[in-house]
Amino acid sequence: MQNPDDILSIEDLTIHYETDEGSVHALNEVSLAMKRGETLGLVGETGAGKTTLARGILRLVPSPPGVIKQGSVFFEGQDLLSLSESKMRSIRGSRISMIFQDPMTSLNPVMTVGEQIQEVVEAHNRDLRQDEIIRQANAMLEMVGIPAERSHEYPHQFSGGMKQRVIIAIALACNPVLLIADEPTTALDVTIQAQVLDMITALKKRLNTAMLLITHDLGVVAQNCDRVAIMYAGQIIELGNLDDIFKRPTHPYTRGLLGSIPSLTKDVKRLSPIKGLMPDPTDLPPGCKFAPRCRFVTEACERAMPEPTHLSETHQVRCILAEAEVRNG
Amino acid sequence: MKQPVVKKQRTLAAETWRRFKKNKLALTGMIVILTLVVIALSTMVIDFVTDKAIYNDYVIKQNLRMRLQGPSREHIFGLDEFGRDIFMRMIWAVRYSLFMGTIAIALSTILGGLLGAVAGYYGKISDNIIMRFMDVLLAIPSMLLATAIVAALGTSLTNVLIAIAISYVPTYARTVRASVLTIKDQEFIEAARAMGASDVRIIFKYILPNSMAPLIVQATLGVAGAILSIAGLSFLGLGIQPPTPEWGSMLSSARAYIREGWHITVIPGLGIMITILSLNVMGDGLRDALDPRLKN
Repeated sequence: MQNPDDILSIEDLTIHYETDEGSVHALNEVSLAMKRGETLGLVGETGAGKTTLARGILRLVPSPPGVIKQGSVFFEGQDLLSLSESKMRSIRGSRISMIFQDPMTSLNPVMTVGEQIQEVVEAHNRDLRQDEIIRQANAMLEMVGIPAERSHEYPHQFSGGMKQRVIIAIALACNPVLLIADEPTTALDVTIQAQVLDMITALKKRLNTAMLLITHDLGVVAQNCDRVAIMYAGQIIELGNLDDIFKRPTHPYTRGLLGSIPSLTKDVKRLSPIKGLMPDPTDLPPGCKFAPRCRFVTEACERAMPEPTHLSETHQVRCILAEAEVRNG
Repeated sequence: MKQPVVKKQRTLAAETWRRFKKNKLALTGMIVILTLVVIALSTMVIDFVTDKAIYNDYVIKQNLRMRLQGPSREHIFGLDEFGRDIFMRMIWAVRYSLFMGTIAIALSTILGGLLGAVAGYYGKISDNIIMRFMDVLLAIPSMLLATAIVAALGTSLTNVLIAIAISYVPTYARTVRASVLTIKDQEFIEAARAMGASDVRIIFKYILPNSMAPLIVQATLGVAGAILSIAGLSFLGLGIQPPTPEWGSMLSSARAYIREGWHITVIPGLGIMITILSLNVMGDGLRDALDPRLKN
């Protein structure tokens, strides 16, 4: 199954949270592959398992209660799930980095921003001299558009957008192969959002870093991503490139998502939201997870989860309708 | 890429000092403490140079004919119940009261801080084992615990130190554990883990610096408490043995003569009070200065 071009390939990853109220099926047999330098948008509503997937890759799922039930995460040819903790540590921050959602709380309040960038450089380059570390950290700061003179200031002296830039500088300091950005702009206002995203995109192009961009904003996806994965109830239900998803959405959920965005060009009286709520992750329906909310639901949907169907080389979907369509040509 | 211009980074110490000196009260407290430290060190030097001649002649030599004489020009603090100069005794006593209190608290802060950090960070079994043991120590009144330890180990300066250090460990362990618990679930800890920081690095560079403020206040208050504990042990005959001067033992032995000469209780009492007050205001100022979030 493994493609040599892929830097990351996740196979059948299943993560449950075992709580007293029962086991929460956060991630169910997710398979996903990423190529060097590409940007993959991961879209889904709250609780769809996007963050769990990101943490699963870095093996940062809080345990307990998180349990990785099965699956594998191959990164540059090695299975991350079977690595030792210290090997894993050397990958985190240097080969795979992560940007967290809230810049206000993801920086250490009692350490200067300069020191925090130096920290990650130092942690992964033990034999580097101190002045070299400082020089590299300051260069990173300049790269994200913050003057190096401000490196001795503390996080509380920066605005939200600036803090997010510092976090980006920390994430990119060791020139990672893969950057996981977990809703990097959700906590920022719209103008800063655009600036930060433009900057991330420009930097990742320059460093040829692949990026997994987690978001629930389809506009952000359309602007920044090469491919899109739509998640629902811990599964990837549709995966394709931008055209596949935006021009030829196939899964009823994807269509529903796109139908609930207000359009500037079309004159629509009323948006069509998706009715109902996500199923309780402790008690998922046996068949298609979307069946209870689907307009086209059939009996077969409720019996078994449809397997991924390849509509084209790039486009795959988990829906019985698509299966039928392909079969009938 | 443009070569960045690097402005000289101010070190943490310089930054702390810049903010600390703005607080005049804390500065006064520190000056008092520093003066006491200088006094303590100079008496040690004098003892060393004169081979305790001054100590023997002025500090412990009794003169019963002059006992309980009030303050005068020759003896500004007066004489005690054995006719010894209280001023000299006060000065020679500084080292025991201040240094022993500080060393005892330093020991228990380090030990308690580490235990608390490990308990709070790792949780579960290690938390239970450490904290239940601390609870056992806490259940015994600290004075009683110190007394028991000194009684078991024998009366000596080191044993008094160990006893007081051990009896204060639970307080620090609890303080640090509590602040570790609030800090360890914050997002920047997770961010640190995501950038590949090890547990040791996270504890020492992320968690402990963030939980410093309550610890420093607790420690400065603790020194005050430890000075009183040393005094208490001395009173029971388990601490510093007479005729060695020590503020606490001077105070307790003077109690019997409070009707005959007010000065012999008031002066050691004032000494303890001023030291403790100075330590407290200094601790407060230090906490504010060390916290970069309260900057300017």
